[in-house]
Amino acid sequence: MESLNDGTAEFDLAVRSVRELNAELHAPSVERYVVRHPRGAHAVAAGVNRPLQVRIDGDVGYYCAGMNQEGLITVDGSAGPGVAENMMSGVVRIRGNASQSAGATAHGGLLIIEGNASTRCGISLKGGDIVVGGEMGAMGAFMAQAGRIVVCGDAGDGLGDSIYEAQIYIRGSVGTLGADCVEKEMRAADRKSLQDLLVQAGMTSQAEDASYLDGFRRYGSARTLYHFTHDHAGSY
Amino acid sequence: MCGIIGLHLRDPVLYERLGPLMAEMLQGIVVRGPDSAGVAIYGDKSRCPAGQAAVSLLNAPEGLADAVARELPGVEEVHTELVGETTVLTAATSPELLSAAVAAVSPESRVVGMGEDMVIYKGIGNPNELARTYRLQEARGWQGIAHTRMATESAINAEGCHPFSVGVGVSLVHNGSFSNYASIRRELEAEGITFDSHNDTEVGARFVASRLAKGDDLSTALTALRKKFDGFYTLLVTTEKGFAVARDEFACKPAIIAEHPRWVAMASEFQALAMLPGIDEAHVFEPLPGRVYAWSR
Repeated sequence: MESLNDGTAEFDLAVRSVRELNAELHAPSVERYVVRHPRGAHAVAAGVNRPLQVRIDGDVGYYCAGMNQEGLITVDGSAGPGVAENMMSGVVRIRGNASQSAGATAHGGLLIIEGNASTRCGISLKGGDIVVGGEMGAMGAFMAQAGRIVVCGDAGDGLGDSIYEAQIYIRGSVGTLGADCVEKEMRAADRKSLQDLLVQAGMTSQAEDASYLDGFRRYGSARTLYHFTHDHAGSY
Repeated sequence: MCGIIGLHLRDPVLYERLGPLMAEMLQGIVVRGPDSAGVAIYGDKSRCPAGQAAVSLLNAPEGLADAVARELPGVEEVHTELVGETTVLTAATSPELLSAAVAAVSPESRVVGMGEDMVIYKGIGNPNELARTYRLQEARGWQGIAHTRMATESAINAEGCHPFSVGVGVSLVHNGSFSNYASIRRELEAEGITFDSHNDTEVGARFVASRLAKGDDLSTALTALRKKFDGFYTLLVTTEKGFAVARDEFACKPAIIAEHPRWVAMASEFQALAMLPGIDEAHVFEPLPGRVYAWSR
């Protein structure tokens, strides 16, 4: 590992292992890291549990930034399956595209995918937020329980199948709606929530553009498939 | 799991590098399938000389080449190469005649591949060791595929190893499992098609081969397979003309395609593609659920 003058450490995966990288990130000696030559490696920057800034220069494989807690992790490339899976907090930004199951089961934090998200994005989401700049593939938000998903482009077939209390905002077209997923009214509070998320994702000009916001439609659960009472939705 | 790689070269300058590129790609899928590995190589004239046919066999007895040569009037020599568990026979005849001659003199031999431009190797063991046995690093040619297997539906043996090759020059590799293959197998058996193994993928391969024999192109045959077969699958099918990828509607089994002016590549994971020349400029995408993608020479 090479420490740079500005307090950033550079870690080259062409010469060192992911295991070494993650050991360093779990007991960090600096606050900022740049990771070179990831070349599709798995579990890059998984299990970060401090407010570190980690920039990964290239494409990553499975489970990048998995279980992230507080970390600010940016991938300057595309991500394989399960990016930011089970994230608890922090921000994960993918500058390229993300493969299937992005943000799966995330309890908190924000996952930003600037490109497209593949199938099963936000599957079983448990409270995290996801903003997709491009399109989202089929079966998005499957069984998503809590949290929000914003898609600036189109969404594929089977959107929100068996969804619980997660909220979905789609600006483009929706292929088909999954079982128990319906379009819902965009209330003032929803619009505000959407706007806040866009600001958090760094899309300030869009967030301030009323006609841009007008393009979004909201989707959620019709609540015919599950039998616990939705009066308690806030506590799940 | 299982791992797949495939490389279809467009730029003839790269033909010399097929083997080294495939060997590097294979590193990205070794952990996905540690129990066996198979390879199909297209266009390596040192393995299948021009004007000759190559037939890949399992369970071939010693001295088979001489017995096969006696079955083939006008064929001066049948050349044998023993490559691990696979025996490759080559001779100046057609793949069908060479394969028929093997069946006539050695019913216990199992033909696992035949072509005019293709050679197949199969075996069990660590994929890296098998790559050395197959001399993958030395391979030349215009197209190649490899599969690393983590067996789920049938036993770990060379017969269950992919690629499944049925018909001249057709190879199919599969990540996933078919759930209704037994019914389709019975239908194909009723049409007179016979099977070599109990493997689900073989049913897919024989289905595709039967469609190709009826005049379908690769893309149409795979579209028919997609409608007929239930289960999870990412498939890569190659012929002596081209290369096609198909995925089921749920697309659980991973697949990534990279397209470059000099080549088209497909793999289970990006890390198998990361070292390809020009990968940074390639169009890298995931094939959509329920779609068929095809390229030809």
